Amino acid sequence: MSTIYILWLRQVKKYFRARSRIVGALGQPLLFMLAFGFGFGQVFRQAGQGDYIQFLGPGIIMMSVLFAAVFSGIDLIWDRQFGFLKETMIAPVPRWQIMLGKTLGGATVASFQGLIVFLMALVIGFRFHDPLMLPLGALFVFLVAVIFTSFGVAIASRIEDMQGFQLIMNFLVMPLFFLSGALFPLQGLPAAMEVVTRVNPVSYGVDGLRGALIDSSVFGIATDLLVMVVLAVVLLAIGSYLFEKIQA
Amino acid sequence: MASGAIVTVTGLFKKFKDFAAVDDITFSVERGEIFAFLGPNGAGKSTTIKMLTTLLQPTGGEITVDGNDPANRKDAVRKSFGIVFQDPSLDDDLTGLENMRYHAILYKVPKDIRDERTAELLKFVELWERRHSLVKTFSGGMKRRLEIARGLLHHPKILFLDEPTLGLDPQTRNHIWNYIKDINRQEGMTVFFTTHYMDEAEKIAERIAIIDHGKIIAIGSPHDLVARTNTTSLEEAFIALTGSTIREQEVSSLDRMREMGRMWRRQR
Ligand SMILES: Nc1ncnc2c1ncn2[C@@H]1O[C@H](COP(=O)(O)OP(=O)(O)OP(=O)(O)O)[C@@H](O)[C@H]1O
Ligand SMILES: [Mg+2]
Repeated sequence: MSTIYILWLRQVKKYFRARSRIVGALGQPLLFMLAFGFGFGQVFRQAGQGDYIQFLGPGIIMMSVLFAAVFSGIDLIWDRQFGFLKETMIAPVPRWQIMLGKTLGGATVASFQGLIVFLMALVIGFRFHDPLMLPLGALFVFLVAVIFTSFGVAIASRIEDMQGFQLIMNFLVMPLFFLSGALFPLQGLPAAMEVVTRVNPVSYGVDGLRGALIDSSVFGIATDLLVMVVLAVVLLAIGSYLFEKIQA
Repeated sequence: MASGAIVTVTGLFKKFKDFAAVDDITFSVERGEIFAFLGPNGAGKSTTIKMLTTLLQPTGGEITVDGNDPANRKDAVRKSFGIVFQDPSLDDDLTGLENMRYHAILYKVPKDIRDERTAELLKFVELWERRHSLVKTFSGGMKRRLEIARGLLHHPKILFLDEPTLGLDPQTRNHIWNYIKDINRQEGMTVFFTTHYMDEAEKIAERIAIIDHGKIIAIGSPHDLVARTNTTSLEEAFIALTGSTIREQEVSSLDRMREMGRMWRRQR
C-alpha cells in the first residue's frame, strides 16, 4: 500500500510543481473550444444538431484527459534517461505495485486536467444537465485516464527515446482522438468511418461522458461503462506485464 | 564456497553483442568485509555490480548474493543490499528530503527510525539546511552526497558503492568513509566498492580485486598486491598489473595479440 501511495504522491507532486506545463496544456483545449465551438456553431445548429458548445464540451474534456494521461505514462522515458528509474527498479517491492502507483498518480493528474477544462467550458457557456450525474462523468474521466496512462507506461517500457514517442503520438493517439466522435456526431457516418469509430475505445469514453453530462449517449451508458472498465483492466495488465520486463 | 561468503561469483560472463564486458570471473566477498574492485575505465566493474544487483542478466556463470541468485530470486536479493550508482539516480524535481522519504518507504524503513536517520544522515552530509530545495538546484557534489546518504538510509547487509566519492573534495571523502567504516564495524555491513582513487582503496579496502578487460588479474590485500609486484604503493602495483598507461604507445607483443584477438572476435 505504502509503495503505491508514494509513487502516486510523486506523480501528483511533480505535476503541481510544473505550473507552466499545466497552463500550457490548457491552451489547446481552450483554442479548440473557442475555434470549433464558435466557428462551427452556426453550421451545427442549421444542421439541426442543437448547440455545438454543448456537444463539444465533453469531447474536449476527454481530449485533454487523453493527452495528459498518455504524457504522464510516457514520462517513464525521462525517469530512465535521468537515471531515477534504477532507484525504483532495484527496490525490494513488486513491480506491479510500482506500475499501479505510477499509473494511478498519472491518472489522477490527467483527471485533474479534465476538471480544469470542465470549469473552463462552464465559463465559455457549457451547461450540464444534472448535478447528480457529475460523479458518473468523473468516473468516465478517471477510467479514460487510467486506460491511457497505462497505455503510456506500456509504450515507454518498450521504446527508448522520444522519436518513438512522436510516432506513437502522431499515428495512434491523434487518430484515436480525431476518430472518436469527440468533435462530430457518430450517427450518419460513412460505413468505413462508422466501423473505425466503433472499434475506437475513446468513442466510448466520450459517449459515456456525454451521457453523464448532457444526457445524450449513442451506445448507452451501461455499454460505455462496461467497455471502459474492461479496457482499464486489460491495459493495466498489459502495462504491468511490459513494465516487469524493463531492464534498467 | 566459503561458509562466510556473502557474495560468490563463479565463472561469470556478460556479453554485449559479441563483446565480452565481463569475461569469466570468479571471486567471493566475505561477510563483513570491505572489498574493492579496481580497474581501468571499461574494465567491467559497473557491469559486474549491475549483475550482482539484479539490474542486468548475466550471459553465463553463477552468482549468489546473501545466499540467493539475483537472476531468479530478485526480491530476496534486493532486500539484502543498498547501492550508490556510478551514474545519477536522483529525482531532480523532488527535494532532498522527498528523495530520502521515497527511498525509505520503498525499503519499508519504520517511521520512527526513518525520520531520525534521515535527519542524522542529511546533517552528516551537510544537506540538512537545504533539505527543502529541489535537487535540480544542487551542485554535483551535493547530489553525490545525497545519493550516499540515501544509500545508507536502510542499513543493508551489503552496500555497493560504484565510484561513490567521484567529484567529492578530500575532506568530504574522508568524512564519508569514516562513517561507512563505522557502520561496517558496528553492524557488520559488507562493503563492496569501486574507485579510481588508489589512496582510498589502499586505506579502506581489506581486499582488492584488480580487473582489466573483463578479467580479474589479481586479488588480495593491498599489502599483498604491493608485495607481489615488488612495488612500493598500490598505485604502482596497479600500473604494474594493468599497464594501461603505456599500452597505447609501446604495446607489448602479448598485448598486441590480445588486442588482435579482440578485434577479430568483434568482427565476427
Ligand atoms: N549496455 C551496454 N551495451 C554495450 N556495451 C556496454 C554496455 N554497458 C557497458 N558496456 C561495455 O562494457 C564494458 C565495461 O563497462 P563497465 O561500465 O562495466 O566499465 P567500468 O569498469 O565500470 O568502467 P568505468 O571505470 O569507466 O566506470 C565497456 O567496454 C562498455 O563499453
Ligand atoms: Mg563503472
